[in-house]
Amino acid sequence: MDVFFNLTLNGLATGMLIFLLAAGLTLIFGLMDVLNFAHGGLFAWGAYSGTWLYATTGSFIIGILGAVVTGLILGLITERVIIKPVYGNHVQQILITLGLMLVLSELLKVVWGPNQLSATAPDFLKGSFEVGGVIIIKYRLFIIAVGLLVFFAVQYVLKNTKIGLVVRAGVMNKEMVQALGINIKKVFMLVFMVGSGMAALSGVLLGPYSGVIHAEMGMEFAILAFIVVVIGGMGSFPGSILAAILVGLSGSFMAYYVPDLALAANMLLMAIVLIFRPQGLFGWKG
Amino acid sequence: MTIQLKLNEVETYIGQFHILQGISLEVRKGEVTVLLGRNGAGKTTTLRTIMGLNPSTKGTITFNNEEIQSLPTYSVAQKGIGYVPEDQGIFSELTVEENLKVAMKNESDSTKERLNYILNLFPDLKKFWKKPGGLLSGGQKQMLSIARAYVNDNELLLIDEPSKGLAPIVVEKVMESIIEMKDTTTIVLVEQNFMMASTIGDHFYIIDDGQTVQNGPMEVLKEDDEMRRKYLGIA
Repeated sequence: MDVFFNLTLNGLATGMLIFLLAAGLTLIFGLMDVLNFAHGGLFAWGAYSGTWLYATTGSFIIGILGAVVTGLILGLITERVIIKPVYGNHVQQILITLGLMLVLSELLKVVWGPNQLSATAPDFLKGSFEVGGVIIIKYRLFIIAVGLLVFFAVQYVLKNTKIGLVVRAGVMNKEMVQALGINIKKVFMLVFMVGSGMAALSGVLLGPYSGVIHAEMGMEFAILAFIVVVIGGMGSFPGSILAAILVGLSGSFMAYYVPDLALAANMLLMAIVLIFRPQGLFGWKG
Repeated sequence: MTIQLKLNEVETYIGQFHILQGISLEVRKGEVTVLLGRNGAGKTTTLRTIMGLNPSTKGTITFNNEEIQSLPTYSVAQKGIGYVPEDQGIFSELTVEENLKVAMKNESDSTKERLNYILNLFPDLKKFWKKPGGLLSGGQKQMLSIARAYVNDNELLLIDEPSKGLAPIVVEKVMESIIEMKDTTTIVLVEQNFMMASTIGDHFYIIDDGQTVQNGPMEVLKEDDEMRRKYLGIA
């Protein structure tokens, strides 16, 4: 029972990290029709900048906020300089964002050196506590709480504000949104920035969770995020959290029981969803 | 009477296809101008070109004496032009309420007044207020699409084939609503249903092979069997 509970908690925490990364990706793809392979790079920059800021200032909160701001700024620059010229051309998007991913990873090495950095949780999030005989690790619970908080906050904005309505409408029919007098390109920019900020948040939270961060971490997690986007349905925000939890849990349980099949299980999960629901679990069938 | 919209020798390509090859027309304020022509003649592309969705490559488009052919779509819409596309453009997963809220430029008293007016005109929209747009019937979707274009204080409405695929009784309802709207808004209507077009229209233009080939008061077309047979394939 203890093992089962811990694997579940571990899977949920991993799922939340993947959700934070995938949610931005799914909105960017759904609304902007942009395949952003550099998303993992923004995630890694969030991890490095946040960990460095935490180490420098001693404040975990400053580390988190700094990572998010880094993500927002890098997102803005990426959208304006890299993505804007290639809107509507998937081949160019793949090439240029893959290139950017490599550049971002290499730049991490230039700034912080080629070795991996260690990352620790602040004291108040270290250790564990016991509930009904089950040991709960504080930091995992913290990640789950942050993930859920972000989910509900974004969900609130999407459901209850004009900008949220515009984003949801834009995912379905960009042309019509423009014909209603809305400058969709400004909305694109905002969504790209928020998506990048969420990726950076995911990155900085991952540090203390895994103990170390390294420049190639972006690509590793980006693959999981893409799997989540496909399973959840491209453009579906609620789909991304459900799919991320599925992927997190499957990874956690498979890594314990059948470690060799951990990644293959996610691929299998994606293949099964695609066979029965090609648009993903929550995908909108255009 | 004031000319509100003017197209002068407008040409448009879609990909490599030269769809509009010289569209010239004038729309008078307060009138319903109907664009007629066979399938593929360029009627829908004309509306899309006015909206900037398929930008023109030659010619000028003037709205209220201001050239708009180089403007992006959202700016054209902000000038006061509402668009009801052929496929209705409903946001399927948004409710009726949300579809209208996305369109509303503000929540001023006049917008609320227009919203009330439109809900009285289309009571079905009030009835299915919280229902996703994708679950509405074809007629209800058409009503929602028209309502969305009308809810703002637009000076001109471009309506593309509102009767397409609808049952005759629904067509009648849509037609009545457009007749009511024409008191307050100028309308450019693309319509294949000649009965509807001739009932609503004040003025007509016939488009053939991407060019405007005939125009005049609707009465002229109603009486000219030969013109109808030649360009529209109807007697």
